[in-house]
Amino acid sequence: MIVADKKPIEEIIQEIKDYQKILLLGCNECVTVCEAGGKKEVGILASALRMYFLNQGKEKLIDEITLERQCDHEYLEEIRDRIDSYDAVLSLACGVGVQFVADKYGSTPVYPGVNTCFLGATEKRGLWTERCQACGQCILANTAGICPISRCAKRILNGPCGGSTNGKCEISKDLDCAWQLIIDRLKAMNRMDDYEKLADIKDWSSDRAGGPRKVVREDVQE
Amino acid sequence: MRLSYPASIKIIRVPCTGKVDVIHILRSFEKGADGVYVVGCMEGDCHYNQGNFRARKRVEQAQILLDNIGIGGERVRMCNLSSSEAPLFVKYANEMFDKIIQLGPNPIKLAKKKIKPIIREGAL
Repeated sequence: MIVADKKPIEEIIQEIKDYQKILLLGCNECVTVCEAGGKKEVGILASALRMYFLNQGKEKLIDEITLERQCDHEYLEEIRDRIDSYDAVLSLACGVGVQFVADKYGSTPVYPGVNTCFLGATEKRGLWTERCQACGQCILANTAGICPISRCAKRILNGPCGGSTNGKCEISKDLDCAWQLIIDRLKAMNRMDDYEKLADIKDWSSDRAGGPRKVVREDVQE
Repeated sequence: MRLSYPASIKIIRVPCTGKVDVIHILRSFEKGADGVYVVGCMEGDCHYNQGNFRARKRVEQAQILLDNIGIGGERVRMCNLSSSEAPLFVKYANEMFDKIIQLGPNPIKLAKKKIKPIIREGAL
C-alpha cells in the first residue's frame, strides 16, 4: 500500500487559515490502514482545527467526508454537488488523491493533509517499512523475493557491498542489509547457485528516469 | 463509605477504557468540557489485556494535540485504580477538579459565546 504520515497540525493550519469553509476529505484505502488519512483521522483533525480556530476567535465551517478512494473518478464524483460550497479542500489522501481532486475540480484550492512517504508494508501497528519503489521492471524472481531496489541503500543488483557488516547496512545499525537477507533466503531455499548469476544492467527507463509513467491496457479499456 | 466528589464531574461509562478514543476526548472539549480524565483499571489487570494501555496512549495523543491547538494538554489525564478503591477515585476526582479550577474554563466554551456561527449554504 501507499504509506503516508501525518503532517504537523501547525503546517495544516498555515495551509488553510485564510479559508472560511473547508472540506476535510479522507480516503478509505491505504491512508486508512496506515492511520494517517482515514475517517478516524479526518474526525480528529477536523475537531482539532475547529477548536484551534474558535480559540483564535475565528469561526470556520469545517466539514468531513471520507470517500472510498480518491484515485478513482467514480468516487470523486460523489462530492461534485457539494464541492462548490467550500472555499478549499484539505485532502488526507496520498499525493495521488490530492492531485486527482485538483484535476477534477479545477477552481477549488486543494491542500495536502498528509505526507506521502512510500510503498510499504505494515510490520506491526505503528511501524511501516518500504518494500517497493515501483521501478516498473520487477526483479524479485532473481532476488529470492527481496527487493534490492527498495531495501538496499545503494540499489545494487549484485550485492552485498563492502558496507554490509553482521547483516546490517552501513547507513544504520537498525537497517538490515538487503543482500544479506537475499543470501540468507537463497540458502534457506537451497538456491545459492542463483547467487552466482550476475544481474544484467537494469533498464531504468521504466523507473522515474524515463519521466512520468503510464500503464496503457487497451484490452481492458472501454 | 458514602464518599463525595465534586458534583460538576460527569461520569461517562464505557465497557473498557480501551473503547475511549482521541475523538471522544476532543469532542468533549468541543462540547464545552473543561477537562477530561480517563479512569481505567490497574495496569496489567485489564480484562482485555491491552485496553487501559491503549487508553493511556490515546490520552497522550490527545494531550499533544490539545497543547498544539492552544487548549492545553494538562486538561486531560489518565488514572488507574481498581474498582474497590473508592478513596482513590475521590482523590483523583478532587485532583482533577483542583487542576481545572487552577486552569480556568475551557477557552472553546468562552469563544463559542462570542462568535456567530456560519450559515451553511449547500455544505453538509
